Amino acid sequence: MIPSQFDYVRVSTVDEAVAALAEHGEDAKILAGGHSLLPIMKLRLAVPTVLIDISGAQELNYVRVDGDQVAIGAGTRHHDLEKSEVAQAEVPLLPHVASRVGDPQVRHRGTLGGTVAHCDPASDLPTALLALGATVVVAGPNGRREIPITAFFLGFFETAMEEGELIVELRVPRTGSAGWGYEKFTRRENDWPIVAAAAVHLPDGSVGVALANMGGVVLRAEAVEAALAEGKSIEEAAALAAEGTSPSSDMHADVEYRSHLARLLTQRALKVAAGETEASTAESTAA
Amino acid sequence: MQVSMTVNGQQRTDEVEPRMLLAHHLRDNLGLTATNIGCDSTSCGACTVIVDGLTVKSCTVLALQAEGSEVTTLEGLSTDGEMHPVQAAFRSEHGLQCGFCTSGMVMASIGVLADNPNPTDREVREGLEGNLCRCTGYHNIVQAVLKAAEAGPAAGQVPSSQQEVSA
Ligand SMILES: Cc1cc2nc3c(=O)[nH]c(=O)nc-3n(C[C@H](O)[C@H](O)[C@H](O)COP(=O)(O)OP(=O)(O)OC[C@H]3O[C@@H](n4cnc5c(N)ncnc54)[C@H](O)[C@@H]3O)c2cc1C
Ligand code: FES
Ligand code: FES
Repeated sequence: MIPSQFDYVRVSTVDEAVAALAEHGEDAKILAGGHSLLPIMKLRLAVPTVLIDISGAQELNYVRVDGDQVAIGAGTRHHDLEKSEVAQAEVPLLPHVASRVGDPQVRHRGTLGGTVAHCDPASDLPTALLALGATVVVAGPNGRREIPITAFFLGFFETAMEEGELIVELRVPRTGSAGWGYEKFTRRENDWPIVAAAAVHLPDGSVGVALANMGGVVLRAEAVEAALAEGKSIEEAAALAAEGTSPSSDMHADVEYRSHLARLLTQRALKVAAGETEASTAESTAA
Repeated sequence: MQVSMTVNGQQRTDEVEPRMLLAHHLRDNLGLTATNIGCDSTSCGACTVIVDGLTVKSCTVLALQAEGSEVTTLEGLSTDGEMHPVQAAFRSEHGLQCGFCTSGMVMASIGVLADNPNPTDREVREGLEGNLCRCTGYHNIVQAVLKAAEAGPAAGQVPSSQQEVSA
């Protein structure tokens, strides 16, 4: 399978990327790791006429502490996030979740900005970023602006980015040694989640909880968060995990089973985050 | 467009269409047909090669994305007629049946051993999660990787004229 023809533009800075987006208009697409875009181009589900390759923009590759946040460049590959000592010490949920994406070859190419921009409801890192209450920094013709991640994922493969903008950075709070849990249910180890739940204790004392594949976008489990804030037990709160979700039915799971998984995985993630139980491994996961 | 990369230690410059995939460039332009294309959809790992020290599925990388890179394919593994430790272990442990997945398995295994020179059985299986064998000979493949690990650091490297493999 070969994509249809396109022009290829290589940029080495964010400014060049913004200029190229302005020049080529809406038929142009950013190419980062290419591990979501190239497969759909090979299937001709996407037919951009220009690809703007940002993978050579070194200024987008970093994981660093910035005040009370960790700032991560959009070009950071899943593999680099997984191995980042800064991330492991400051926000360990993220490197763990990075290690659960796809397989090693995929993690060697896929980038954080790419997975956020792609906006797949089943994606792992966006779920973790949502639980963390991340900020998405985008650059465009009018400079940079910050979008709270809770306002970023608008619908199925639709984000709050405007035409001509690209993601340059993700910012998350430093959670340090605070508890976190990520429970991903798959049929095979390297698959996308059928459902996944992320839970993390945040510096403001709240617990962030988010779900993958329970609707058209990754979702914040607001009912669970509210119940925890009111002092409800983990069991009571997790029982609300499917509230306000709209999961689909497919060959892997129907709505009822996905709702069950959401409650179960949320409970497990919260218990791991609270230090009550160990994280499930691929071998021990059963639902 | 023009693309230049170092393939198995040799500098190569060619004219390619932007949509040309690295797997096709290696096979069709450079004649390096050890790299197989199986699923053509990033699932099976048959097309795995090493680019700048990291294993990648070459059916999902544009040739142009390898501009300026060091690329190693199966053809680049042996030195002076001596098989790479991973190749030798696949032979001695009979880590193949029809052989279609083998090139990708060998390349991915080098990546696994670069990341973790002394893996357990479980860690080998996890490290090879992106590679499928339709003959399902996984047991011997895992044995081969464990055997290759006995050769020490060389098992996680490609020949010295070339790149260092990091993971
Ligand atoms: C076999 C396989 C298994 C996978 N398994 C999983 C999994 O288990 N869990 C999971 O979460 N993901 C999985 N993925 C997806 C993987 O994480 C992708 O790499 C990721 O979703 C996209 O990142 P990318 O850098 O490759 O983006 P690309 O494919 O380059 O781009 C994806 C989209 O984002 C846009 N884009 C990219 N970067 C930017 C930017 N900085 N600003 C604005 N727009 C941008 C592109 O224009 C395109 O529309 C898998 C992929 C494959 C091929
Ligand atoms: S041919 Fe590339 S992953 Fe199967
Ligand atoms: S040996 Fe036949 S596909 Fe693996």
